[in-house]
Amino acid sequence: MFVRKQLSWAAAVAAISGLAAVAPAKAQDAVKIGLILPMTGGQASTGKQIENAIKLYMQQKGDTVAGKKVEIILKDDAAIPDKTKTAAQELIVNDKVNFIAGFGVTPAALAAAPLATQAKIPEVVMAAGTSIITERSPYIVRTSFTLAQSSTIIGDWAVKNGIKKVATLTSDYAPGNDALNFFKQHFTAGGGEVVEEVKTPLANPDFAPFLQRMKDAKPDAIFVFVPAGQGGNFMKQYAERGLDKAGIKVIGPGDVTDDDLLNNMGDAVLGTVTAHLYSAAHPSQMNKDFVAAYKKAFGNRPGFMAVGGYDGIHLIYEALKKTGGDTNGDKLIEAMKGQKWESPRGPISIDPETRDIVQNIYIRKVEKVDGELYNVEFATFEAVKDLGKTKK
Amino acid sequence: MTAILTNLFDGVAYGMLLFVLACGLAVTLGLMNFVNLAHGAFAMAGGYICMVLVNRMGWPFFAALPLAFVSAAAIGIALERTLYRHLYARSHLDQVLFTIGLTFMSVAAVDYIQGSSRVFIDLPAALQGQFDVFGVGIGRYRLMIIVICGLLTIGLQLVLAKTRFGSRLRAAVDDPRAASGLGINVPQVFAFTFAFGCGLAGLGGALSAEILGLDPYFPLKFMIYFLIVVTVGGSSSITGPFLASLLLGIGDVAGKYYVPKMGPFVIYTMMIVILIWRPNGLFGRTAAR
Repeated sequence: MFVRKQLSWAAAVAAISGLAAVAPAKAQDAVKIGLILPMTGGQASTGKQIENAIKLYMQQKGDTVAGKKVEIILKDDAAIPDKTKTAAQELIVNDKVNFIAGFGVTPAALAAAPLATQAKIPEVVMAAGTSIITERSPYIVRTSFTLAQSSTIIGDWAVKNGIKKVATLTSDYAPGNDALNFFKQHFTAGGGEVVEEVKTPLANPDFAPFLQRMKDAKPDAIFVFVPAGQGGNFMKQYAERGLDKAGIKVIGPGDVTDDDLLNNMGDAVLGTVTAHLYSAAHPSQMNKDFVAAYKKAFGNRPGFMAVGGYDGIHLIYEALKKTGGDTNGDKLIEAMKGQKWESPRGPISIDPETRDIVQNIYIRKVEKVDGELYNVEFATFEAVKDLGKTKK
Repeated sequence: MTAILTNLFDGVAYGMLLFVLACGLAVTLGLMNFVNLAHGAFAMAGGYICMVLVNRMGWPFFAALPLAFVSAAAIGIALERTLYRHLYARSHLDQVLFTIGLTFMSVAAVDYIQGSSRVFIDLPAALQGQFDVFGVGIGRYRLMIIVICGLLTIGLQLVLAKTRFGSRLRAAVDDPRAASGLGINVPQVFAFTFAFGCGLAGLGGALSAEILGLDPYFPLKFMIYFLIVVTVGGSSSITGPFLASLLLGIGDVAGKYYVPKMGPFVIYTMMIVILIWRPNGLFGRTAAR
């Protein structure tokens, strides 16, 4: 904001002294990133994590790249796609941004897709996780994850590790259905059996009747996908109903044990096995530094959403370095394809074909480390591509 | 058989919880003819107060519950004296717009102060888990809800039917002008009733954190449930919402257990069927005023 004010002052002064022609050249020296995130509403924790991570990155790496000043313009869409669309339009038309980025939920990322195509500027998706997103515009790049990546892996892992009968409990919306379908495909292909399938409404988080049904079905494990925030309720009621004592394990993609909330869930969550892209306990030095810096700056642990944001801004920086500061959308997208780097989550790259992220998926178990709960990684599946892309 | 009984138990507990959450609304809406859509905000206030007392200040859970009631009631009385009473004579539309505005403000305020993450109240170990009675799983926490809410219902019914205050309130509702002519301080009676309704909401909020979850969007997420209870129960007595809560609670739990594919539609279907059968609710008076 401050920079913009200065620039407009500079423009005004230049105009008065009859040097108006200089002003546009000056404005060109900034790269603008329109960041659209849910900062209010049920998904606000996603927005806050991503905003924090981007702030942290810019503190660490400086706010100039390839000789240009990077300027972030943040807009809140409360995860409502209509608002995302309006925000993207304003950013592109009025603010003349060079990137749009963020996008907390799938419908928001999809709402902005046609605008990115029309304006020919990159849309960097830092959170939303359904497979179809990158297929909706040639200008979309993703640095978060897809649900297919983690759900297929946990399906394969479970069936090879003595879990034969599974009951599934997934939230009834697009990411939940993605998680369920990919898990089922891989789990049944390996010889596993799904004995019970329940989709829970998004708005009603009393899991009691559903959990009772799971308990009566006597599976080896429950496969769970619920949106960030409901994981705590689920785990508490799972323990209340004594499913842990009945020997029914919890498995799933890592959303249910997000680092953001894990510590509040109580000891019932111990032993939960999930497949996911990131854990705050990832043992690399880079991650240790990242977690320490994040904790110092914002007072809590980063979760996987924060890492999506951190890598998203890194990708933008690297692309600008590669184009030498050129902000032509096509050149930037070309520069992003095939980028490889070390992230706090481990080695990652951008698939040049699909513009989607390729990353390690880790199998983790919730354990107590120094009195805090962590997802401790114990197996790694390397360089996992998104398996959810439509076959061509 | 045991599955049926377990579900019945869960349903009763869920229904009782709905009742405590919604009966304050039944009081303001039915007895005072005031549409208070900010009711859920008082419930949320009670929940957060309880959370702060227990988690941050180390109060025992059972000591924090009454305080959740008292503080929500105090907030209620402060708002009633300063804001609400100016709207008693206004149209229902004005009341709806005003209170929905209050709801949004409360959401933003709590989000700002406490953050948007879901919070939990640290429960004493005695309230965690289930025990078996002839194979029926009885959740300790849910049992506590049934006991507390059952006692409350009986107490409430007695106050309304047997005490001097109860008869004053009924008189003030039926004909405020005649009541004040008889020397009843109508505004005072209304203020007290309103505060009591808010207190009940606060208590309900504190009790529901464990089962429904507590975050800044609580008032908006559960508004529909409060309204269903009051509409189905009819708003002229306490018995109506009580039976409606039980019916809806049991129906909702049973529906989710036996036909999970129907999801939330069971509760809506029940509401529609009951309202077709009795448009003023189970115990509604026709055209109260």
